[in-house]
Amino acid sequence: MAAGVAAWLPFARAAAIGWMPVANCPMPLAPADKNKRQDELIVLNVSGRRFQTWRTTLERYPDTLLGSTEKEFFFNEDTKEYFFDRDPEVFRCVLNFYRTGKLHYPRYECISAYDDELAFYGILPEIIGDCCYEEYKDRKRENAERLMDDNDSENNQESMPSLSFCQTMWRAFENPHTSTLALVFYYVTGFFIAVSVITNVVETVPCGTVPGSKELPCGERYSVAFFCLDTACVMIFTVEYLLRLFAAPSRYRFIRSVMSIIDVVAIMPYYIGLVMTNNEDVSGAFVTLRVFRVFRIFKFSRHSQGLRILGYTLKSCASELGFLLFSLTMAIIIFATVMFYAEKGSSASKFTSIPASFWYTIVTMTTLGYGDMVPKTIAGKIFGSICSLSGVLVIALPVPVIVSNFSRIYHQNQRADKRRAQKKARLARIRVAKTGSSNAYLHSKRNGLLNEALELTGTPEEEHMGKTTSLIESQHHHLLHCLEKTTNHEFIDEQMFEQNCMESSMQNYPSTRSPSLSSHPGLTTTCCSRRSKKTTHLPNSNLPATRLRSMQELSTIHIQGSEQPSLTTSRSSLNLKADDGLRPNCKTSQITTAIISIPTPPALTPEGESRPPPASPGPNTNIPSIASNVVKVSAL
Amino acid sequence: MWAEGESEGLQTLGIVVVVCSSLKLLHYLGLIDLSDDKIEDELEMTMVCHRPEGLEQLEAQTNFTKRELQVLYRGFKNECPSGVVNEDTFKQIYAQFFPHGDASTYAHYLFNAFDTTQTGSVKFEDFVTALSILLRGTVHEKLRWTFNLYDINKDGYINKEEMMDIVKAIYDMMGKYTYPVLKEDTPRQHVDVFFQKMDKNKDGIVTLDEFLESCQEDDNIMRSLQLFQNVM
Repeated sequence: MAAGVAAWLPFARAAAIGWMPVANCPMPLAPADKNKRQDELIVLNVSGRRFQTWRTTLERYPDTLLGSTEKEFFFNEDTKEYFFDRDPEVFRCVLNFYRTGKLHYPRYECISAYDDELAFYGILPEIIGDCCYEEYKDRKRENAERLMDDNDSENNQESMPSLSFCQTMWRAFENPHTSTLALVFYYVTGFFIAVSVITNVVETVPCGTVPGSKELPCGERYSVAFFCLDTACVMIFTVEYLLRLFAAPSRYRFIRSVMSIIDVVAIMPYYIGLVMTNNEDVSGAFVTLRVFRVFRIFKFSRHSQGLRILGYTLKSCASELGFLLFSLTMAIIIFATVMFYAEKGSSASKFTSIPASFWYTIVTMTTLGYGDMVPKTIAGKIFGSICSLSGVLVIALPVPVIVSNFSRIYHQNQRADKRRAQKKARLARIRVAKTGSSNAYLHSKRNGLLNEALELTGTPEEEHMGKTTSLIESQHHHLLHCLEKTTNHEFIDEQMFEQNCMESSMQNYPSTRSPSLSSHPGLTTTCCSRRSKKTTHLPNSNLPATRLRSMQELSTIHIQGSEQPSLTTSRSSLNLKADDGLRPNCKTSQITTAIISIPTPPALTPEGESRPPPASPGPNTNIPSIASNVVKVSAL
Repeated sequence: MWAEGESEGLQTLGIVVVVCSSLKLLHYLGLIDLSDDKIEDELEMTMVCHRPEGLEQLEAQTNFTKRELQVLYRGFKNECPSGVVNEDTFKQIYAQFFPHGDASTYAHYLFNAFDTTQTGSVKFEDFVTALSILLRGTVHEKLRWTFNLYDINKDGYINKEEMMDIVKAIYDMMGKYTYPVLKEDTPRQHVDVFFQKMDKNKDGIVTLDEFLESCQEDDNIMRSLQLFQNVM
């Protein structure tokens, strides 16, 4: 149980009144508040730092915690001060806000801790001053993205059995690791994309000569084969596109998305080619369309995360790229004009017009230097050299920005992958914590009940057995105990449950009483009838007698239980004692305690024998390998 | 084999590409505006802050002392800094006490019982008022509160379905690993027993008076109601 909600325990216990009319058994007694009425205020002094300020300073902002009457709830009468159990470092910033009117965000502070503190003191984060606002917003956005990432991948991992067919298909498309069918589909489409691209490329390779004519490209020589390959690929792509369209949760949004446009562009040329006849006029356009077949290579971006990152980077660096292009264009125009007028005078110059000089400028600025156009005049050469030097500068400036963007996005993706890998460990830790708390209850049930029994018989050794649990823990366990009583069922741990299931399925009902046990509907009857339930329980212990051989640490009762005749007598004698103890229990119900199985080590058995046995064979979480049967004895 | 039309087609394509990219460039430079949706940073003022009434008023309205109210408020404020509990937080808090099973259904009914004004959130005053009844109220008040809890649709009567829901919710809190194993019809049998006891005129519904009368006749219930007297 989290320490934070310990303060809500009174509420949970009060809410337990809702169970009372439904319950058929009397409730167990509440743990007595052994300690004297302690002051709740535990002066831990974690926040022992004392701050001092005028009252009017605080009242400057009456809509916050410190400025309103809400702080009276935190007033400590004894020391005449207001005690807040919060972080003193962040409180410094908060108090400065009252003093100076400006709220600052300390860079070393965790963003969510800071947000929590602000929420506690009732201050809106929008008041953060300009000096710190950017930093605050950036960190907050990062955090939100990270949380969203986690949530998304969590949602993807959840098994939602009630998904419709459409939704399962969509999930299979988006995330190929969800099922083997999706994986197969993923690889098949990847293979066909590769085949299609390679076909396009090989089509144009010259493929040997047909005797009597010049060299033909392969596409013309084996046109039928290539046509069949192309048809097959387009079939697959069409089917895939239609399936995606069918499964998409929002068809309109899907059609508008980039990937679907690429899909359409990849398969359209084929259909247009089918439809169109060999008309001379339109065949030009038809060939142009064939160029679009190369777009099929973009379909690989679904298969490769690196491609997606690259595309995303370019998209996010759009402004830097735009600046680069703009400055390049400016420089090109300037230098082309200059070169044209410089070379105008020379004879047979290639610089026939300014647009013609564009080619020279671009080639020079990017330091390519093909050499098909060279200046011949001296002025031309001077300006040409200035052009190439400036080209280097202009291109080199925006590139680092793009690179850093790419690096940031790439690292973000890496972090997401790492988090997904660590998620398993995190979930395991959470699961352990949860079982820890439920095991704590089962464990303390046994220990606690021994305590009670000891106290009742007046032995002075109070906390001899087991650990001392804090008051809160004992109250929490009492609450769980009440729930058990309300429903007439008990909490056990997983292994015991499985064993019980196995036993009940495995047993052949050797004893006559056990059928009555398993079909006994007496779970809804009152506690007093538990006596009869008890007697029917006992023969049950015969069944795992074979398992007793492996159990060496059980109490004497269990060991006795391996012999049948003595079993019944000894048990019945115990029973009688228990009955005697139980009878006044039902009537007066002064103290109602259900004692559940406790594995007593042999050293304690003398103690166990001297009074109505609180010890019964039962589960021991410390030795989980031991299989044992649970015999419940309700007694004082 | 390149005919005129083919090279012209590619030429057209090239020109189209250049024109489009220059338009995009101008858009990025902010000279023209091509986008149709604007992305704005929305100022998120989602924090609903509620401050409770003063300590003196609450002390007068409930049966708690000032010190007890202080303790309650601190715990309340710790989990809900905004001053109100919504149903999700409520369920989360309650679930922490019952790690074995699923406490969300019962917490839902509890929340509805606490939220007397049906606003969807429980303020500190509602919280403390209900606690005052449960912990310090008279037997009559406690029973009335419990009746209100069981009456899910707040129509003044408890019928078998409502009781079935409540009992099922309680059994859900037990979880899967119980001894003896929970059977399918255990809740139903429990409800039958309950109705046998409570429904005096056997008309299938339990009114407030029947409920009060039957509970006051049952010693167990009377005793258990006094159990949480010294919780605070």
